[in-house]
Amino acid sequence: MAKRIDVSDLDIYYGNFKAVEGVNVSIEPRSITALIGPSGCGKSTFLRSLNRMHEVIPGARVEGKVVIDGQDLYGADVDPVDVRRQIGMVFQRPNPFPTMSIYDNVIAGVRLNGGKMRKGELDELVEKSLRGANLWTEVKDRLDRPGSGLSGGQQQRLCIARAIAVEPEVLLMDEPCSALDPISTLAIEDLMAELKERFTIVIVTHNMQQAARVSTSTGFFNLGGVGQPGHLVEFNPTEKIFSNPEEKATEDYISGRFG
Amino acid sequence: MTTTSAPPAPAQPKRRLGDRLFAGSATGAGILILVVLAGVAIFLVTEAWPAITADSADLPDGKSLAAYIAPLLFGTLLAAVIALIVATPLGVAIALYVSYYAPKRLAATMGYVIDLLAAIPSVVYGFWGIAALAPAMVPFYGWAAEHLGWIPFFAGPASTTGKTMLTAGLVLAVMILPIISAISREVFGQAPALHREAALALGATRWEMIKMAVLPYGKSGVIAGAMLGLGRALGETLAVAIVLSASGGITFNLISSSNPSTIAANIALQFPESSGLAVNALIASGLALFVITLAVNMFARWIVTRRADFSGAN
Amino acid sequence: MSTETPLVPVGTRPGSSTPGPVRTRRRLPRYGAVGLFLGGLVVGALLTAVTGGFSIALTVVYGVVLGTLAVYLVSRSVEGRRKATDRLVTTVVTSAFAIAMVPLVSLVYTVLDNGLDRLDSEFFNSSMLGIVGEGGGAYHAILGTVIITALTAVISVPIGLLTAIYLVEYGSGRLKKAITFLVDVMTGIPSIVAGLFAYALFALFFGPGIRLGIMGAVALSVLMIPVVVRSAEEVLKLVPNELREAAYALGVPKWRTVLKVVIPTSIAGLGTGITLAVARVIGETAPLLVTVGIVTGTNLNPFDGRMATLPVFSYYQLTQPGFPPEFGIERAWTAALVLIILVMALNVVARLITRFFAPKTGR
Repeated sequence: MAKRIDVSDLDIYYGNFKAVEGVNVSIEPRSITALIGPSGCGKSTFLRSLNRMHEVIPGARVEGKVVIDGQDLYGADVDPVDVRRQIGMVFQRPNPFPTMSIYDNVIAGVRLNGGKMRKGELDELVEKSLRGANLWTEVKDRLDRPGSGLSGGQQQRLCIARAIAVEPEVLLMDEPCSALDPISTLAIEDLMAELKERFTIVIVTHNMQQAARVSTSTGFFNLGGVGQPGHLVEFNPTEKIFSNPEEKATEDYISGRFG
Repeated sequence: MTTTSAPPAPAQPKRRLGDRLFAGSATGAGILILVVLAGVAIFLVTEAWPAITADSADLPDGKSLAAYIAPLLFGTLLAAVIALIVATPLGVAIALYVSYYAPKRLAATMGYVIDLLAAIPSVVYGFWGIAALAPAMVPFYGWAAEHLGWIPFFAGPASTTGKTMLTAGLVLAVMILPIISAISREVFGQAPALHREAALALGATRWEMIKMAVLPYGKSGVIAGAMLGLGRALGETLAVAIVLSASGGITFNLISSSNPSTIAANIALQFPESSGLAVNALIASGLALFVITLAVNMFARWIVTRRADFSGAN
Repeated sequence: MSTETPLVPVGTRPGSSTPGPVRTRRRLPRYGAVGLFLGGLVVGALLTAVTGGFSIALTVVYGVVLGTLAVYLVSRSVEGRRKATDRLVTTVVTSAFAIAMVPLVSLVYTVLDNGLDRLDSEFFNSSMLGIVGEGGGAYHAILGTVIITALTAVISVPIGLLTAIYLVEYGSGRLKKAITFLVDVMTGIPSIVAGLFAYALFALFFGPGIRLGIMGAVALSVLMIPVVVRSAEEVLKLVPNELREAAYALGVPKWRTVLKVVIPTSIAGLGTGITLAVARVIGETAPLLVTVGIVTGTNLNPFDGRMATLPVFSYYQLTQPGFPPEFGIERAWTAALVLIILVMALNVVARLITRFFAPKTGR
């Protein structure tokens, strides 16, 4: 179910402002791709354009192609809602639905889409997803409690369970650990290593150690200058980026000699 | 789809039926509001038109429409202005007291009680005005006519029933007091704790802190609250109809028993027994009231929106 | 404790009674200001008694002025100018608060005092049909108010909620600005003008002199819709965008997101807002006076002729009590009391909705 993502000549705009320019990249299936770069360089914008979430912001639009398994996500007849069902997303701050229990949060994607499933199937799905998110043993006795009662790290794993419950082909993560403590971060990183077997994962992170630890490939985004669009400076296997980067800017950024 | 020189039209995917229906009905409801408001204006003008174009001899009292509305307009403004002058300082004082002087637990309860008072139907304020306030004011009116008669406001002769313009203004003041204090309290409560603590950390007394960090922040809110109160006072009908003895023309004498009526009270008193052109004349006066309150409210909104608007969504 | 020498300001030794770096100012004793103010009040009362008869109003005026002066002057001589100004403002604010509470308390007392006498079962069980003088009640008026208010809610709640949803979730550009502005304008429409609008609207179709229950509901809707829109808009805006995005990211269409995520999250606030909006219109009198009128018997059909409503009933019983007047006036006060009780009950319900239906965090 993991799919390959091909991005070509992608420009992203907010109204008349060009936020990201000319991205060309191929993301391999069953891999973790990390996107790093300074704040405001467009890596989150780029990530959100992969499942058309950036369109939620009024005035946002893209030019170019994002192709998953031969299908252009921005084709004229493609419904963004369908795109998002196939490409899951985990956000910076854990955002479980406050009106729903842990159980209902996990099946939110199925149920909100109006899917009909028998109770037994739902139970199975909940257990499978929570196990997949390494959360099952911690919450199995309180599935009917509100999801917002969990700790931050647990909430984030609940959100991951919610995302993988709809069996997406790609999982996008937008700084999933930046609001978490180191122990919860470690739990999520371990989880990502397991999820890699089943999903194509793209993660935006500010933490370069994290990028180095978890990812197979890394992309470095940078700004051309103040008021100019961000662009993809370098995309290479993580080992190469962190040991022997092609671009001077990448090396400066990684070694902290930035700016 | 590759990049072209002109920005291509964003791809318009087919929209789901549910989305179309839902967005359509939400938009429709919004547009309905436009229609209703236009309807209010159009229907009022339509029904007022016969009075506007009629010969003055056919109108009530045989006066021209302007001469008919002028004293009513004057009375409306006078009562509302009295209410505003009395209620604004008191409303601000209540808000300050509840926000910064009262003990914490008491403050929460009192805030709630004041909100409740704002919800009391205005006709009840009229009842209170005629039963409690008017008789209580009679001795004062007698005293004022005797000792302060040289001020035009207290020229007398003093009303012996207490049904005067001043009583009406005071009833309106009591009525809008909860509104002004509720809005002031809200903005005072929103004064950033950071600024307040900064002032206190500089060694400011409580009053100096309020002067430095609360009042500048809450000023526009107080003005907006006062304007909303003014709008309420201008349009108030029955409280005035009950407490005001309306039989006179334009006068600044606040304590006699011959006062100009207000537009709203006049409509309430005359409408049930009117027919023909008299109804049209009343609706014309209502139109005038509509225009005035509209202006006051738009002014209030303008003050409010001058402050930056922070919202959670988008 | 560390073994290092603690940092001590120059010129002070630990344990000594020498003043620390903070200068202590002379202060009034804890209840000094209150005592001074009360003293001023007493002197004021004596003064009024001496100058010419005891009067509560004059006592308050003299007392507050004297008390405030006493606090200011003593504090100024003991504590200095800044502290004295602070105390002056405290006294003025507190006095103003106390004075402002007088009419509000008096209002509640007057209504209770006059209204409790007739708060009996007859008041709730009988109409005014064939009643002259004693007895009678507001059965017809209470039912009329309930019917008209319910009709108003049926008209206003869907329109108001959908408009709020449009403004928060869908609206953009000019139309949104225009609607926001016009909702604000509508909030300020005087209630009598709303009544005239409904009258003018129906008079155009049914001829002059028309009175119907539904006209009252239309007039009240003009007043209620903006209140519903405003409160619902505020509440919907409070729903964090993250929740909407979480739903979109699961591939949920927008309308389902609104129905199943946004509205459930804000349901408590919406319920509270609607209840308060009902409370706001249930006591409106003027628009009903010109659109619905009054009858003595029970009419439960809002599409056929005049109806009685509690506020209008109350108003007419007071202003046209009949003969002998005291019975009508009693009924008027009781009707006013029932009206207040209704409004208060709705406010309490609104509070309870907030308390019991707000999303639970479980922490």
